[in-house]
This record gives sequence, structure tokens and C-alpha cells, in this order.
Amino acid sequence: MALLEVKNLHASVEDTNILKGVDLTIDGGQVHAIMGPNGSGKSTLASVLAGREEYEVSEGSVHYLGEDLLELEPDERALEGIFLAFQYPVELPGVSMMNFLKQAINSKREHQGQEEIKAADFMKLMRERAELVSLDPKLMRRSVNEGFSGGEKKRNEIFQLAMLEPKLAILDETDSGLDIDALRVVADGVNKLRAEDRGFLIITHYQRLLDYIVPDVVHVMVDGKIVKTGGKDLAIELEEKGYDWIRGEAVPA
Amino acid sequence: MSTTQTEYLQDVADADYEHGWTTDVEADTADPGLTEDTVRMISAKKEEPEWLLEWRLKAFRYFKKIMEDSSQYPEWAHLKYVKPNLQEISYYSAPKRKARYDSLDEVDDELLETFERLGIPLQEQKQLAGVAVDAVMDSVSVATTFKEELKKAGVIFCSISEAAREHPDLVRKYMGSVIPYTDNYFASLNSCVFSDGSFVYIPKGVRCPMELSTYFRINEQNTGQFERTLIIAEDDSYVSYLEGCTAPQRDENQLHAAVVELIAHDNAEIKYSTIQNWYPGSKEGKGGIYNFVTKRGLCKGDDSKISWTQLETGSSITWKYPSVILKGDRSVGEFYSVAFTKGHQQADTGTKMTHIGNDTKSTIISKGISGGRSDNSYRGLVRVNKNAKNARNFSQCDSMLLGDRCGAHTFPYIEIDNPTAQVEHEATTSKVGDDQLFYCHQRGLNEEEAIKMIVNGFCKEILAKLPMEFAVEARELLAIELEGSVG
Repeated sequence: MALLEVKNLHASVEDTNILKGVDLTIDGGQVHAIMGPNGSGKSTLASVLAGREEYEVSEGSVHYLGEDLLELEPDERALEGIFLAFQYPVELPGVSMMNFLKQAINSKREHQGQEEIKAADFMKLMRERAELVSLDPKLMRRSVNEGFSGGEKKRNEIFQLAMLEPKLAILDETDSGLDIDALRVVADGVNKLRAEDRGFLIITHYQRLLDYIVPDVVHVMVDGKIVKTGGKDLAIELEEKGYDWIRGEAVPA
Repeated sequence: MSTTQTEYLQDVADADYEHGWTTDVEADTADPGLTEDTVRMISAKKEEPEWLLEWRLKAFRYFKKIMEDSSQYPEWAHLKYVKPNLQEISYYSAPKRKARYDSLDEVDDELLETFERLGIPLQEQKQLAGVAVDAVMDSVSVATTFKEELKKAGVIFCSISEAAREHPDLVRKYMGSVIPYTDNYFASLNSCVFSDGSFVYIPKGVRCPMELSTYFRINEQNTGQFERTLIIAEDDSYVSYLEGCTAPQRDENQLHAAVVELIAHDNAEIKYSTIQNWYPGSKEGKGGIYNFVTKRGLCKGDDSKISWTQLETGSSITWKYPSVILKGDRSVGEFYSVAFTKGHQQADTGTKMTHIGNDTKSTIISKGISGGRSDNSYRGLVRVNKNAKNARNFSQCDSMLLGDRCGAHTFPYIEIDNPTAQVEHEATTSKVGDDQLFYCHQRGLNEEEAIKMIVNGFCKEILAKLPMEFAVEARELLAIELEGSVG
């Protein structure tokens, strides 16, 4: 069974059609990358999969491990193992990272019929996973994303991914705003988290992230549709030729 | 706003009041109405000394004039309600068995059960928490635990009626010295008819060995509660005091008009915390407590300090401005407040910091959270007198809106008559954002967990100011207030 199966997905926000028939299948263990020009609908796809309410699905279907994903509330999707690394992580003043994550982990454990995590185990896990993305454990005492630098915010997203161990991880432009060193740290973290039963959907504008996280499949999205799918070389070709090349191919004169 | 959020906030607004039960204790309740006889009756019931009756009568003669003069009624607050009819209220109600209790063993079982349901098992709390509790039901102080232990330290902690009998010199000297009976309409009313309350005296150089705590409860119908609290901290002493309040669910509005006076001498510190959870009225806005309270502390001595910390979640109307007069040089006044309103609740609360001495400092941090159709206002005055050199004030007022049918307002007043003053004011209003909620949902938190977390985060710095024993209670209360039926 596919981890994620998207068929002919149409979605709009405030009456503007953005997704116009997306087809996408991701199996466990695979890393898929979606590239495309600004405004092509990449981030909308991420939001629709995570269940953001402003987006209305007008047509098509999404199945996650065989179940109708669109029936689930955003928190239920998260509990079932879908994780979104935000392009713009949100600040929660006064809510410590530690409390936030502990509650998130315990909600998930409760959902799976497990007991709450022991304090000592939690601290151990936190230190271990923070190291994956070279995140200063001191940040855990701070409020969620408050006063974090741009790079810290992005690393913090991957750190949360590592803590919550999802089945499907969606990275929405995690590379934007990162310098090359930070990019490498984030990519290393993601690579260490690749697993047989975990799928990744990596949304990016630039190919450079894919130098470090080598995808199994690359899709190109233009105007709300996936217009081309290929292997990792497609990303390189795109970088060389630009999106106009695809546009020309996708829309026959 | 998303539909689930709206539904959740609706549930929050509809959540039931937990302390709405009544206790079937036979009560001795006076007929409604306010006359000179009422004042005399109360004084007689309390077996008060002559001087105190005289004091009350003086207050009554003054109040009688302003009672009938509508221009004397404080209408400046951002509140809409029907003025309480003072002639329909009963001014005295006491559990019938006995007017006074000498020890806990004499207290009615049902009454003790009442306090247990409120989460104050007096007996147990005595041993476990190390907190001395004075419980006031309607008009009478029911039990003061820990009396012996405090006595050893020289601390006096008893009901104000007992203090008037046992320590008349102290009561006479200080009562009305910070809030005179002419202060305002409700303080005047209280001065005539105050029924009970707590009295605390900390002698020179003593650090009170435990948290002192009073629980107030209004039980009888059509009864007002008019307690009066007086705390005196002598030179180099310290005390931390906490009051908690609840009331049963009634269709009529009930009036609560308390007066609290604090006096801190040289280098003394008083920390006064309130967890106010009076009945807020029904979902439709029927009933609930009118909470008109005058609280003021006097930093009389040099290097003295007074802090007010309050968590206000109850009452249909809250009108309350715990203030500090910074008279001593280098004295410090603080006001930390969380006011949470929902349903049809209205709160107009804040503080007044009056800088008189040199090098005085005040800090105001106010957090207002409004949900449902409620209205939540901060009103504060920072006043620096002409001769107050180097006064400093920092004020921060943050409001958070849950939903789009509620209101938040900030009315800061600043009056500076000395050019050396430094005054800072910050204000923010935020709405629990869809982005914040979505972020929490995406990490697996449901609507209720997410809102609790965001609101708790918003109030964190204030809750942290509460005495440790009560910080947990405060967080739980806030959680109960936020609880909906999201399943």
C-alpha cells in the first residue's frame, strides 16, 4: 500500500483555484522532491495535506495508508504520523519548547495507547535529537520559536521532526533563508532520519538542497499541476535550463 | 476564524461554573435594607466595642448623604449593568449554630464539607501545606487554622471582629488610615456594614513562617458580602497572603464590596495574592457577583515593598484597582494581574501607583484575556508627585482576544509632576491566531490543548508570581475556565 496517494487534487483558497489536478504517489522509504516556480502551488499542496482550513478541496482524493486523509482534522493527521516542517515557523510566547514538545509527544503516545513519556527519557531523547541538527539544548528552555534566528527556526523544525518520528514528513521550503553551512546541517539531519517506513516530501525552489538530500523522485510543478516527473537528474537539468524550459514543454503551443 | 475554533470558543464560553452549589447550613440572616439600625445590629451581633460602632455610624452618616446622590456613584468605568439597589440587600448572614468558633472541632460538619468541596480541607491543609487558612462564609469567619504556630512567632492572624475585640489599639490606629470611609461609594458602604474579614499583624523583624490564606464564600441568597482586611507589617518584616473567593449560582446579582488595607513600615514587604472566582453569571448573563472592591497598600516606611498579584476569573462585574501609595523613600509597588472574562462578564480592573517618596519604583504588568461576549478593560494611573525625585515606573498591558465577539480596552493615565521621573508604558493586543493554533494542531494538539497552552503561555510571567502552593491551583482554575466539551 502506498504511504500517500494523491489523485486529481483540486484546491482553492478564497475562490482562487491553486491546485488544478495533482497526482502523486509516495511509498515508504522514498524521498520525493517537488520543485517549481513561485506561485505554482507547491506550498499549497503542503498546506492541504496538513489540513489547513483556509484551503478548500473541490475535487480529487488523498489517501494516506489507505485511509481518506481529507476526512481527518489537522491534529488527527499529525497524530496519525504526518509532519509538516513549516516554511514560516510560528512563535508561541510564554510556551516553552520543552512543554510544547512534551505535550506533543504525549498526545501522540496517548493516541497510540502508550503511557506518558518519563521525564528522564524525554530529556535524554531531546538531547540526542537536538544533536542531530546541532541545536543548542538551551533553546529548549525558551519560548517556541521566540527570538530564534532564521536558521534556528528551521533547524528547530527538523528537530521536532526527529522528536515526533512521523511516517510522512513534508518539508516546506526548509532551505529558504539558510546559508550553506546551515543548509548542510539541516540536510545531514534529514539524511539521518531517512528510514524504511518513512516517506519525505521535500518542497523547494532551488536545487541546491537536493545536492545534500538526494531524492528518489523529482517532480516539477507548474500552475497547480505536476508537469514532469523524473529521477534526481531532473533537478540538475532544471537548475541549468530554468523553469521556462518546462513551461514550454508542458504547454504545447 | 475556523469553524472548529469558533465552536471551541463557544464551548469555552458555555462552560459551567464549578462552585455553583449551595450549602444547607441554617443561617441567621438579617432583613434586607440599610438603615442606622442595620449598622447597629451588625455591630451588636459582632459584640463590637463602642468605638467601632461609633466609627461605623460616622461612616453611615456620611454614606447616607452620598447614597441618595447619584452624582456620587462611580460611573466612569467601562461597565454596563443595573446599579445594585442597596435596600434589597441583606447585610448580615451567619451560619446559625454559633456566631463564633473557638476551634475547628466546634465547626458545623456541613460547613467544613463546604470548604472541602472548595478544595480547602482545613484539617489536612493544616498539616500538609503549612498554610494558615481563615475561611469566611457569608459574614462570619469560620475557622482559623494554625493559630498556635503563628502565635509563637508573634504573628496575629484572626478575623477582623476578633481583632477589634482582642487588639483594639492596632485596629483603631490603622483601620481607615489607607482607605478612609470617604474614599469612594463602595468603600463608604463597606465601612458602615463590613461584616468580617481578616486581620494580620507581623511584628518587627519577623518573617511570617507560612503563607496566610483566607477563603471567602457567599452562600445565602440576597446577601451581600462586605469583608474588610487589614494587614500591618512592622519594620523589617515579611508576609505573603492569599485570598480565594467562590459563590453559589444564583439568578440574582449579588454584591461584594470589600476593602483591603495594607501598611508596610520600614523595610517591610507584603505580598498579597488573589484568586478570584466568584460566580460569573449564567451563559445568558443572568445573575453573578458584582465585585466592587477597594484595595490599597501604603508603603509607609523607607525601603518597603507591596506587591499585588491577582488572577481574576469570576464575577459578572469586576471593578477593582489594587493600588500602592509609595510614601517611603526607595519603596516599591508592584501589580501583576491576569483577568480572564468569558460569557457576558465585564471587568474594569487595573491599579494606581502614587509616587510620593524619593527613588520609588513601580511595576505594572496586566494581562487581559477575553472570550465569549465579554468585555475586559485595563485602567491604570501612574502619578508622580511634585517632590518625588527619581520615580520610575514600568507598565505593560497585554490583551488577548479569543474569538471576535469580545472586547479589550486599555485606559492608561499618567500624571507626572516631577521632571526626574522615568515612565515607560507598553501595550499590545493580540488575537489567538489561526496560525498559532494550526501550528499546535500540526504537532498533534487538539483545540483545547492548544488554547490552554497559548493562554497559559500568555499569563506565565504572572502565574509565576503567585506563591508556589497556589500557582498550581491557579493554573488548574484557568484550565477549568478554558475547558469546553471538545471530545
